[in-house]
Amino acid sequence: MLGYVHSIESCGTVDGPGIRFVVFMQGCPMRCKYCHNPDSWGVNVGQKMSIDEIISRYEGVKEFCKGGITVTGGEPLLQIDFVTELFKVAKQKNIHTAVDTSGVTFNSENHTKIDELMKYTDLVLLDIKHIKDEEHKILTGHSNKNILEFARYLSDIKQPMWVRHVVVPEITYDKSYLFELGKFLKSLKNITALDVLPYHNMAVAKYKNLGLDYPLENIPALTKEQALQARDWIMEGYRFNA
Amino acid sequence: MTEEIRTENKIYPTSEFVSGKWNDEINVRDFIQNNYTLYEGDSSFLTGPTEATTKLWQECCDLFKQERENGGVVDMDTSVVSSITSHGAGYIDKNLESIVGLQTDAPLKRSMQPYGGIRMAEGACKSYGYQVAPEISEIFTKYRKTHNQGVFDVYTPEMKAARHSAIITGLPDAYGRGRIIGDYRRVALYGIDRLIEDKKAQFKSLEGEMTPERIQLREEISEQIRALNEMIELGKIYGFDISKPARNAKEAIQWLYFGYLSAVKEQNGAAMSIGRTSTFLDIYIERDLKEGIITESEAQEMIDHFIMKLRLVKFARTPEYNELFSGDPTWVTESIGGVGVDGRPLVTKNSFRYLHTLENLGAAPEPNLTVLWSTNLPYNFKRYCAHISITTSSIQYENDDMMRVTHGDDYAIACCVSSMVVGKEMQFFGARANLAKCLLYAINGGIDERLKEQIGPKYEPITSEYLDFDEVMAKFDNMMEWLAGLYVNTLNVIHYMHDKYCYEKAQMALHDRDVKRYFATGIAGLSVVADSLSAIKYAKVKAIRDENGIVVDYDVEGDFPKYGNNDDRVDQLAVDLVSNFMSKIRKHYTYRNSVPTMSILTITSNVVYGKKTGNTPDGRKMGVPLAPGANPMHGRDTNGAAASLASVAKLPFCDAQDGISNTFSIIPNALGKDEVFVGDFDLNIDLSLDCGCCEGRVDDKMSYMTPLISKVKPQSKDLEVYSKV
Repeated sequence: MLGYVHSIESCGTVDGPGIRFVVFMQGCPMRCKYCHNPDSWGVNVGQKMSIDEIISRYEGVKEFCKGGITVTGGEPLLQIDFVTELFKVAKQKNIHTAVDTSGVTFNSENHTKIDELMKYTDLVLLDIKHIKDEEHKILTGHSNKNILEFARYLSDIKQPMWVRHVVVPEITYDKSYLFELGKFLKSLKNITALDVLPYHNMAVAKYKNLGLDYPLENIPALTKEQALQARDWIMEGYRFNA
Repeated sequence: MTEEIRTENKIYPTSEFVSGKWNDEINVRDFIQNNYTLYEGDSSFLTGPTEATTKLWQECCDLFKQERENGGVVDMDTSVVSSITSHGAGYIDKNLESIVGLQTDAPLKRSMQPYGGIRMAEGACKSYGYQVAPEISEIFTKYRKTHNQGVFDVYTPEMKAARHSAIITGLPDAYGRGRIIGDYRRVALYGIDRLIEDKKAQFKSLEGEMTPERIQLREEISEQIRALNEMIELGKIYGFDISKPARNAKEAIQWLYFGYLSAVKEQNGAAMSIGRTSTFLDIYIERDLKEGIITESEAQEMIDHFIMKLRLVKFARTPEYNELFSGDPTWVTESIGGVGVDGRPLVTKNSFRYLHTLENLGAAPEPNLTVLWSTNLPYNFKRYCAHISITTSSIQYENDDMMRVTHGDDYAIACCVSSMVVGKEMQFFGARANLAKCLLYAINGGIDERLKEQIGPKYEPITSEYLDFDEVMAKFDNMMEWLAGLYVNTLNVIHYMHDKYCYEKAQMALHDRDVKRYFATGIAGLSVVADSLSAIKYAKVKAIRDENGIVVDYDVEGDFPKYGNNDDRVDQLAVDLVSNFMSKIRKHYTYRNSVPTMSILTITSNVVYGKKTGNTPDGRKMGVPLAPGANPMHGRDTNGAAASLASVAKLPFCDAQDGISNTFSIIPNALGKDEVFVGDFDLNIDLSLDCGCCEGRVDDKMSYMTPLISKVKPQSKDLEVYSKV
């Protein structure tokens, strides 16, 4: 089986625990305004790679990448069959597996494929883009309904999960939104970490190179202090009632 | 604490060190092994800067500022030739300094050292608007031959040509070769009298048949004894008697520093490293602490002041020299930590104190604090190293597990990577040969692509339009054979003359009689050559010739594997290149039966080498810097750092024993999560509990920097959930 891969990072330190071998899959249905990988949007493009090739590349650097493999993208679940096969092989070799997803492709009516993938997945990194559905639509072009359902589903099956949340000034850097996100997270039983990702504007050059307009032209990067504040607001919501 | 209180209190400890072989012979390692106290605790014992430290360091900073504003130097000596005893006492602020001694009579005043070459000394002065006193110039031109003059009396036309075209470059033929580490600890442990006694016995042991080798060694030992006597004088200039062993920690640091100071007063070497001193000194500090002679704060103050002195070491150098080395480095490398051959880590509280100077005084490139890293270092020490790296970016790391195999557990790093057993091994530093240029010579039959002159031997050039891999390899092999021979023989000349006219008598006085000498060679341009050969092999490379038929550019058609992506097709070319060139180096006679080694470590000079190297078959353009050391070419490693490092890690250490460097920068955010990240501890239990975010293990093989599932205490009701990981 072949997958469309955007690129590989052999020294990933931010996408899951430890130093990880990170596979960026090609293709994404979301169009998040702050996306810093617009070059990974297109489907059925990029380099075609086999499971064997990825595993053998991982094995070449496994002494360094003791954390394991993270598959991200793009939206990796667009190629769920490929990711499932990859993780199946990885688990046979006792490699820690993590998938970094927006969850947008989740369908609560039919999740057999996800069930199968989760058998071989040690950790899900779930990117919740916005807790308010209307705002989510504006920010990403999609509803967050599937995403929140996916979170509940993962909670039900007790799948360990990190929640990642990009905080953008003027968009998600807002106490009431973050507080509400925290409350939602409290309702889940499977969270092992909260990863607040401060928005940065380092992707501007990429957009220029691709001939695209940068949607957040005038929004500054989130500062460290703001990131800490955002974290605290989420945690306030998380501890509410507790 | 005032002087009065000090004199009322006990100054010297009364307990004896554990005796051993070190009592009967000069053997610092044995003293350390018998006496050091392994420290496995954390950094909480450390103390901040004392008032004196803060004030003194501020005065140093003011001097550095003045130096910058002055265009690079505060003052230069133009009339006194530097020697161990050439200057009176110099201070930064006498009343504040717990450790004293400067290279001249004033801080940052640069000494004059003409033995390497009078023109270099004159040039250094001239570039800052000073002039060497005419009588000094006259003496070192007419009456006293220098190293530089000696070398040029002997160089062949071919050696001069290779130097001119920069296929061999950075040669220490006009400046001090450096890279020798005196065992400065001996001064503290034994006192100079005992060392002189030992040297006299060595001298006596060398009677009988007077071969040139024996004559040379006898003359050198006489010089060494002279240097040792001068060291005693140096001590007296500052009011100390270092003829006897140090009696407490303060004396130990001071004595050791006088040994080092003698070296830098006497030699302006390219790298003047200090050795492996922290654990040695800890033995004295630990004893003083135990007997209540000093407090932790006083111990730290002495170390801070000692390190401050090392930060003040400066030499008079020319702008060209500074360009080659990207600044004005002194390479005062101090090797910290490592693990003993018996498995005990050599980490002491003083290992922490040395690193802590980066917090007390702020970050600095000198002294070059180098941690000898082993997987078996104590966890708390590793953690503190990580902390200091994150906050100061000022620690260099080297692989102790690898070097211990060759050098045991009392070696140190000279310069950036050259390992040598302290007091028992030394190195003849030999700069480097530019292999990228060598490849171009192979293609052009020895004609230099930039100068258009015949520099190498007139071999048959390549005449085809497209480069054929086998043909290029055969010619390259021949050209490397020529280069290796010329290079080694040029170095033979240099080291003969350096010994003769610019002998390191102070440093060698702190060595054994029979030292193991390494003959260090080096290569530049490894990744350019590997990629060029890969392009020729896996893509199509068209040669573009000028009107005289000299290949001046290359057109690469198609893609090719690039070094730095953990791709064996090209990495193997790099591996073969290293082994092959080293085997050619080994074929030649090396001065004083030294052991040839090779390094791949152009950390800064790769920029200058790039300027002097024409277009290369990998598509690199003339003037573009070569990659530093064993680095992949800039931007060509596209699979992340681990893949890039994996390529470098394939290079055979046995054929590059003088060191392999990989310069690697990373933005802090790409190194992992900071405190914004909330691990499971915070999510599940009360925040007031100790957060173990950076500790623990998920299983035996994996240690994670991020949250740690197995560390969750049973308070967490959700524990079962994590058992899966």
